[in-house]
Amino acid sequence: MPEQLVYAMEVFLNGLMAGVLYALVALGFVLIYKASGIFNYAQGVMALFAALTLVGIMEGQVPFAHLINAAFGTDIHHFGWHVPALLAILLTMVVMIGLAWLVNYFVFRHLVSQEPIILFMATIGLAYFLEGVGDIMWGADIKKLDVGLPQGINEAIDEFTFGVFDYGFFIDNLDIVATVIAALLVASLIIFAQYTKQGRAMRAVADDHQAALSVGISLNYIWVMVWSLAGFVALVAGIVWGTKSGVQFSLSLIALKALPVLMLGGFTSIPGAIVGGLIIGVGEKLFEFSIGPLIGGATENWFAYVLALLFLVFRPQGLFGEKIIERV
Amino acid sequence: MFYREAGDFKTSYAEDSQTFPIKFDRYRYYVVLLIAFAVVPFIINDYWVNAVFLPFLIYAIAAIGLNILTGYCGQVSLGTGGFMAVGAYACYKLMTSFPEVSILIHVILAGGITAAVGVVFGLPSLRIKGFYLAVATLAAQFFLVWIFNRVPWFYNYSASGQISAPERTVLGVSVTGAETAPWAAYMVCLVFLTLSAILARNLTRGMAGRKWMAIRDMDIAAEIIGVDPLKAKLSAFAVSSFFIGIAGALFFAVYLGAVEVGEAFGITKSFLVLFMVIIGGLGSIFGSFAGAAFLVLLPVLLKNLLVGGLGWPTDLAAHLEFVIVGALIIAFLVAEPHGLAQLWRVAKEKLRLWPFPH
Repeated sequence: MPEQLVYAMEVFLNGLMAGVLYALVALGFVLIYKASGIFNYAQGVMALFAALTLVGIMEGQVPFAHLINAAFGTDIHHFGWHVPALLAILLTMVVMIGLAWLVNYFVFRHLVSQEPIILFMATIGLAYFLEGVGDIMWGADIKKLDVGLPQGINEAIDEFTFGVFDYGFFIDNLDIVATVIAALLVASLIIFAQYTKQGRAMRAVADDHQAALSVGISLNYIWVMVWSLAGFVALVAGIVWGTKSGVQFSLSLIALKALPVLMLGGFTSIPGAIVGGLIIGVGEKLFEFSIGPLIGGATENWFAYVLALLFLVFRPQGLFGEKIIERV
Repeated sequence: MFYREAGDFKTSYAEDSQTFPIKFDRYRYYVVLLIAFAVVPFIINDYWVNAVFLPFLIYAIAAIGLNILTGYCGQVSLGTGGFMAVGAYACYKLMTSFPEVSILIHVILAGGITAAVGVVFGLPSLRIKGFYLAVATLAAQFFLVWIFNRVPWFYNYSASGQISAPERTVLGVSVTGAETAPWAAYMVCLVFLTLSAILARNLTRGMAGRKWMAIRDMDIAAEIIGVDPLKAKLSAFAVSSFFIGIAGALFFAVYLGAVEVGEAFGITKSFLVLFMVIIGGLGSIFGSFAGAAFLVLLPVLLKNLLVGGLGWPTDLAAHLEFVIVGALIIAFLVAEPHGLAQLWRVAKEKLRLWPFPH
């Protein structure tokens, strides 16, 4: 087998893995968009916030230590204890649910009948707010997150491919774990939406707010639940991405990576988020591999957007999105 | 008492359709112009120009541009930073290729080039709407910044990848480069802002503006009553990009002097201008001014208060700024989705009846 083709295969596999990570972020968007029609730009920052909180709890940091020190001239940093990963994840989830409630109570409850674009802008405001709060609460330095996920090259695949192609593929263990997690997450979300009472209520709200209200579904309750779910997805994405590249500001930018995924897959479709993620992941890696060196490299910054843009011109609702029907 | 229509009789159509039909408004406008042109240049110093006035004037132009697209025509754009970069690089290439031509012409030409680029990236808006379009404009943002980073022709093969403005003069007074006097830079930006505002105000009052607003309110309905969506949307993209390009050219040539594209025209710039438009008020020229002033002054005030007044560390103040800006945006959207401009309108309405509201 020619060498280039083998390299391309490795790039393809890595692209698939990267795509799964994008899909993980995109899922959070789809959840909220389906249930409340809000395009939640803050999803990436929520992932950052969740990861920061998780690290902070694990390390036993004092929240707002920086602010307290500045205001009162004290010098406090840590409580001096370490929380085990599992407990810390649960505590972070509690924080995310609290956040969901606050967001609903202070922001979106008041914006119920506003235009979608106003809601979108409110989530941009929320993103700024959360980013600032996260930094003030836990400090802005780059943190290492280690909840025990395996990392590094997968030896088995390396040896196997070396035997077959005479060239060992580099596949990160973390990416494989992320793929498994993403699959589990999607399966459980679908089961939740299809077979539980809350899930049905959620789909009813997504279908028609007023009809859902009239059969006695509490909108506030469902919205808090949906935002909590999005917080949960953000936490998972934050753990995976945080383990991969450290918990830092750039984590919030993965939201920008998820946007073309959403456009490709359609805003309203969970399978769309997965398929879109895979297409974008593979597409941008292969493009960078094949065309990138010819035109200066670093094409990953924009390739996904341009791909999504061209795609949308032919199919404005995305791959799996609901057909857009407009009436005057 | 002072702010009223009563007794202000119009005797010609021209008077009746002027921009400021109320006498008080008109005089206020003249007074503001007088202060801006004849008083401020004599009393400002370097700090004020660089920290407050230049950013305000330039962002106001950009905000007017984005307001035409988003506020009047309803097409949300997150590509403002990219279009500002087009203006800056176009201006740079023109300045270095044709050194004998006046910089004022270069800036206007840079606006024209940006308008052309804006139309190209506006084409998808005919098929894509709403959020999909907002995300699609991100393609412009990332692609344009990338291309200015990677194609050496744009930065004249300089080793650092930066572009820096050569020295240019207007009427013998230098306006770019290190020798520029604060008042000269201020005057150049002020002239451009004033002309942009007058142009934008009259465009939005006329047929073009009405077509844009019809498209914004409901594009299908607008099409049925005879507004061509192709022309209306693309003209909005062109006009909007024209102003944004001018703002980008001034931002580079007059304000910063030297620019690295990813840093100066990144995605944060797009959001900053969008916030100015939202906080100021969608669909209002005055709102563009108010929003730009608000978001330029807020960080300066916060910094002076927290770092200068309370002695807090700079990074903490920067984070707090994020929190406050975010909270303000949300508070504005909850309390007054139409922004500062609406508050101003309400105040004027109250003023008309003051001091006898009944």
